[in-house]
Amino acid sequence: MSDRFNKARQVVSLRERAWAAAASVVDPEIPVLTIEDLGVLREVVEGEGGVEVRITPTYSGCPAMGVIAWEVEAALAREGIAPARVVTVLSPAWTTDWLSEAGREKLREYGIAPPGKAGRRALFGDEAVSCPRCGCGETVLLAEFGSTACKSLRQCQACREPFDAFKCH
Amino acid sequence: MSDRFSGLLLRRADDALVLGHRLSEWTGHAPSLEEELALANLALDLIGQARALYALAAEKGAGEDEDALAYLRGDREYTNLLLLELPNGDFAVTIARLFLYAAFMDNFWRAAAASRDRDLAAIAAKAEKEAAYHLRHAAEWLIRLGDGTEESHRRAQAALERLWPYTGEMFEPEDEVLVAADVCPEPAGLREAWNRTVDAVLAEATLARPAECWMQSGGRAGRHTEHLGHMLAVMQSVARAHPGAKW
Repeated sequence: MSDRFNKARQVVSLRERAWAAAASVVDPEIPVLTIEDLGVLREVVEGEGGVEVRITPTYSGCPAMGVIAWEVEAALAREGIAPARVVTVLSPAWTTDWLSEAGREKLREYGIAPPGKAGRRALFGDEAVSCPRCGCGETVLLAEFGSTACKSLRQCQACREPFDAFKCH
Repeated sequence: MSDRFSGLLLRRADDALVLGHRLSEWTGHAPSLEEELALANLALDLIGQARALYALAAEKGAGEDEDALAYLRGDREYTNLLLLELPNGDFAVTIARLFLYAAFMDNFWRAAAASRDRDLAAIAAKAEKEAAYHLRHAAEWLIRLGDGTEESHRRAQAALERLWPYTGEMFEPEDEVLVAADVCPEPAGLREAWNRTVDAVLAEATLARPAECWMQSGGRAGRHTEHLGHMLAVMQSVARAHPGAKW
């Protein structure tokens, strides 16, 4: 094996280690989702100044973003990855379509209805949301604004259970 | 070009922050628990939009950082719409203002999502969805108030009459160089869509569209009503008492 080849392998593995560390960070408000599931973790690049982890904000006013950036820094430090920094990138804008399939399934199991396909709706159109507990498709909106910026509150017409629904964004 | 672009960002950021702060004043006073959460969430969206715009403006050299732009500028340096700095009034005024503004911003952000500036386009792509959500919430309330009791109808109509002279400012020309470069839309071009939304919702709410009248102006040039200075004094007091403090 040439030294060059070994060095190249090492470079890849540092980036992979950094990705794995960053990907272990969970959303402080929905702790079943990692930032990888959410699509908040965009990329990890290695440059002259060290490792750069790029994350993107979800909702404009999401108060979790600050904590997420801080947790990523801590996760990198625990792995001994230094120098490293966390950078916020805006473009392309995050939408709920960035949520992974695995993430949607985790949400459902956690009792939160995952979002439908992102897109424009009519001014007063309601969206079709299934109950995450019994799967019934007949649910009604109780409140447009729920416990966090990303959720609304709905109720199932079959099992009568109220539940959080991830807003389509 | 950079100064012009910063100017655009600050106008839109000031709008979002000032209305966001006004809405946050309802915290603890809303008519129901659901509405308490709604108003706080609306405020959070707007303050989030303001932060993104201020941060971008600071990057372009408009100031040290987002906090300096929000907390260390005086009222004459704020370039928000007069409409947004007026006191909350009763719940009808709060809802009517949110409706009139969101009906405009929904279209503004949708158009700005195609901006030649990638960062502004990305902020707009998010803000557009939030504005659409705000518009729906405000429109539903306005219909409930207008088509509700005699008192709620009277108050909703009075709110529209009170706010109407401040709606013209939304359509004042944006920076012509930025418009020509496809960085941002020309507000006048959004008037027809705004009229359609407003007329449709007012009709359903059984409210009358106020008569066309002389329009207030000055916010974009830093000439404000007496209310902005008082609002900023409260909003900025902690930051000014503890310079450089961090959470």
